[in-house]
Amino acid sequence: MPTDSEVILGILNNSETVLKRLYLAYFPMVLQLIINNNGNQDDAKDIYQEAIIVLYNKVKGGEFELSSKLKTFIYSVCRRLWLKRLSQMNRYGGDIRDFQEHLPVEEDVELHSDRDIQFGKMEGALQLLGEPCKTIIEDFYINNRSMQEICEKFGYTNADNAKTQKYKCLQRLKKLFFQQK
Amino acid sequence: MSTNQQLTEAIERYVNGEMSGDELARFEQYRKENAEIDPKISEQKRFNSVLKQYGERKELEDKLNAIHSEIDVHTLVEEMTVHPAWIIQLWRNHHSKISVAASVAIFAVLTTMFFTGYFSKNNHGYEDLSARIAKVQADQSKLRQTVSAAIKGSKPGRPHLTNPGNYKGTGFALSSDGYIVTNNHVLGARFDSLYVQDADGNQYRAKLVYAEPQYDIAILKITDSDFEGLGTLPYNFKRTKPDLGEDVYTLGYPEGDSPVMDRGYVSSQNGNKGDSLQYRVSIPVNPGNSGSPLINSKGNVIGIVTGKQTDTEGASYAIKAGYLYKAIQNVPLDSLGGKLTLNNKNTLVGMNRVQQINKMQNYVFMVKVY
Repeated sequence: MPTDSEVILGILNNSETVLKRLYLAYFPMVLQLIINNNGNQDDAKDIYQEAIIVLYNKVKGGEFELSSKLKTFIYSVCRRLWLKRLSQMNRYGGDIRDFQEHLPVEEDVELHSDRDIQFGKMEGALQLLGEPCKTIIEDFYINNRSMQEICEKFGYTNADNAKTQKYKCLQRLKKLFFQQK
Repeated sequence: MSTNQQLTEAIERYVNGEMSGDELARFEQYRKENAEIDPKISEQKRFNSVLKQYGERKELEDKLNAIHSEIDVHTLVEEMTVHPAWIIQLWRNHHSKISVAASVAIFAVLTTMFFTGYFSKNNHGYEDLSARIAKVQADQSKLRQTVSAAIKGSKPGRPHLTNPGNYKGTGFALSSDGYIVTNNHVLGARFDSLYVQDADGNQYRAKLVYAEPQYDIAILKITDSDFEGLGTLPYNFKRTKPDLGEDVYTLGYPEGDSPVMDRGYVSSQNGNKGDSLQYRVSIPVNPGNSGSPLINSKGNVIGIVTGKQTDTEGASYAIKAGYLYKAIQNVPLDSLGGKLTLNNKNTLVGMNRVQQINKMQNYVFMVKVY
């Protein structure tokens, strides 16, 4: 099990080894929580990954203070997320079976749910955008490829054509993104 | 910066910090001159950051999924599940089979109960009081009769029946000319001949005049040539309801050849499981008491003792005297030698119980069925 400060440093340095150790360390705890509270292993996976993302964003945003144990934080976030999902599915019986101590993490979960909405919108917009625009946008904005690379990959005769294409794609993506409710 | 495309690219480069030197200075100048460009810049910033976050999250999710696929989740689930008690697990895994088995079992039990007559009127725990003579009692009876005959000296030439019969019960006189009432169940399903025996041990042949199985009432008539009549009956029959708690007694032949008196009180206006045909009486009665008269303190016959509840202490049942009237009305006239009228004069009123019983016992008979 990695120490808490190891994990924080690992996240800040994008260490995949630390990420793996972190993931393996706390998954059983979350699995136990979910499957003993009306969930299955897929629910546990979803909830746990969301919690890791919450932690990631918090650490990357420089907001994570080691005032509580990392374990407690992850458990609390998962618990909060699961309660929310249970009530969305009308499966919450008003009683949750706890296995760990937990703290209030409402703010973190709220922040996450805002981001989640943006994420969902973007995912939807990109789906609607279709190919080749989706790949062009992803290559340029997410994978940080140069216009030259994109130009060669998609067989445009010159970089200007590729730029024009990218511009059109971006305009459409923005339109789709802002249109989504 | 004439076209939108060029403008967008410029904003992009500006936001991404790719501008430098002259270009940056020119753009800053342009920005100052055109106020409408600021919202476009902030929109671009926001959009870029969402796109960036989307990309980062996608990447992270891919990594997490890759890690997750290496976990043996199934084994973990097995370990983590709080295992319920084995009986609950058994139910969860096999509840359909268990349900079917239970239904079959319930059906089988109900069927068995139905065919064994559990649901019929004479059900479990209810016992008719006609006695199927046991061997021991038969020996005792023979002995007693021999002794009694030797002492008293019975009428000469008269054959004495020493066989106690297949069934035994009690009956009592309805009229002085030899009509006797008993329970229908005392007679059993089939019989060859009927005898009645009085308290002195004299036996007379009798015949069945009328049976009313519905009320469990049978009316016999003494047909023996030796029978000389009984004299006026000292008791009458009371059709009206007795009061709860009213003292009653009965005289019957549950044991041996002598009449046995038992006393008790009326405990309910209705009988076994609310049967309105009967009264419930708290009185100790035994097999052989079937057909005994149930008499109140004034010497009125209010019912005919018929059965008891073996499950409940002190619960006996007697057919209401009113049904005796109904049974008599149902007797076809041609099966009666003469008109059968019930005595309505009671000479027992005012006597104490010992005196009453002294009078009564000449009119109460043991009914023997062969």
